[in-house]
Amino acid sequence: MKSNINIDAIIIDSVSHTYKTDTGLLPVLKKLNITIPKNGFTAVVGPSGCGKSTLTKLISGLLKPDNGHVYLNGEKVLGPKPIVGMAFQNPVLLEWRSIIKNVMLPLEIVPNNLSEIEKEERARSLLHLVGLEGFEEKKPSELSGGMRQRASLCRALVHKPEVLILDEPFGALDAFTREDLWQVMHKLRLEEPFTGVLITHDLRESIFLADEVVVLSGRPATNQHSLQTQKLKNPKLDSLFSDNSIEMLKNLRKQIEIAQVQQGEI
Amino acid sequence: MRHIFIPLYAIIIFLLFWEFIVWVNGWPNYKMASPSDIWPAFWKFKALFFQYGWDTLWRTVAGLFLAVILGVFLGMIMGFSKILREGLYPLLVGFNAIPKATVVPIIALMFVGQHDLNTILIAFMISFFPIAVSISIGLSTLEPEYRDILRSLGASKSIIFWKIALPKTLPEFFGALKVAVTLAFIGTNLMEIVSPHGRGLGALFDSGKTNADYPLMFAVLIALAILGIALYYIVVVLEKIFAGWAERSSE
Repeated sequence: MKSNINIDAIIIDSVSHTYKTDTGLLPVLKKLNITIPKNGFTAVVGPSGCGKSTLTKLISGLLKPDNGHVYLNGEKVLGPKPIVGMAFQNPVLLEWRSIIKNVMLPLEIVPNNLSEIEKEERARSLLHLVGLEGFEEKKPSELSGGMRQRASLCRALVHKPEVLILDEPFGALDAFTREDLWQVMHKLRLEEPFTGVLITHDLRESIFLADEVVVLSGRPATNQHSLQTQKLKNPKLDSLFSDNSIEMLKNLRKQIEIAQVQQGEI
Repeated sequence: MRHIFIPLYAIIIFLLFWEFIVWVNGWPNYKMASPSDIWPAFWKFKALFFQYGWDTLWRTVAGLFLAVILGVFLGMIMGFSKILREGLYPLLVGFNAIPKATVVPIIALMFVGQHDLNTILIAFMISFFPIAVSISIGLSTLEPEYRDILRSLGASKSIIFWKIALPKTLPEFFGALKVAVTLAFIGTNLMEIVSPHGRGLGALFDSGKTNADYPLMFAVLIALAILGIALYYIVVVLEKIFAGWAERSSE
């Protein structure tokens, strides 16, 4: 079921969600609205523990919202769908498989009519794209943290998902490796179009990668602020030091502080 | 070659030292048999050694086999269901806390004369606990992201089990199996020594005792050591084959 070009790829429509814990109810999301056009890329930032990871679970269908709806390509999300790819802060590679076999994992689950050779070629070309050629047969334990995260991105994209959900994928990496991977992300976006949601704590990352940055309020999270970034096709890291970028970062920083204060008061 | 010769030299030095200590102290063989007493004792009963050694071996392996089946099953249900874990765990701990030496005469009476069944039962009872615990811990500590990666693609529970949960638990399983194989071996021998008119190396040991044939008792100990080493290394080889990936290269 291919999407109509006019339909937004991801619609989060007035979504609320509450967890039941031993100490009572914990509302995490409240009437949240986010819309992402096809092949758009939106970053979601907000105070720690405001419900950002819950959001990824709702989009991927791992959780059902208490109120409101999530639509992917105009279809209501009722459960997990193979048009979604995910990557987390923890690369969660399977230690007993080689890198290429790890990347091929989704193709073993998602229905497809690729032959074994085609699957391998698909994985190989992605690994090449992220600069991991020559590491196909290595085990994850033989790779550095940045390389493992590259492999994890390949696995998230191997089945050509229409939606890519990234939950702080670069959070555990050092600053330089992180910047390398930002550029890898731009390359992937050019070569493997997808609609992206990026959860992050890094404001520079959010304006460098995303077309729109959504700031969530403190828990229960709702829309607090939204910022459009002008996106070049292939931005350079230097662009982060432009006046425009610094202005955006200051603005975002202020919004985060407001959200943090609000979360503290609750 | 090195890793064959170094242990071999160590064994030879150990045997020479043992011989020397006995000779220097002038111990009679009922106090401490020397290696030179053991070989003739073995040779005299060599047919029995092989026959009974086989009995001990297959009973241990059969008990261990049952322990793996029940242990993995219990571990699975405890690993996947919190309610069952909370319910079963105290029972298992209590059962495991009973010294199995006290259970041996009970089982021996319960199934009197059925030596094979008795022995396998004890080997099984003494060895399933570590397997059940390791599997349940392995499954219940599986990071949720591993599950989410597959679940978000629409994978079923059984696919998640076969592709991720099971292989991820294998190193823990083999760790437990190394403990279990030694325990099962102890269980087998406990029963063989206690049950009257039985078979197996334990029974041979017991007959050495009744006939005051002390070198025979020592010869049985050596045979048991050899059998125990063999069993242990079989598990090590299996571990290398199925869970070798968990080993980090030392370089």
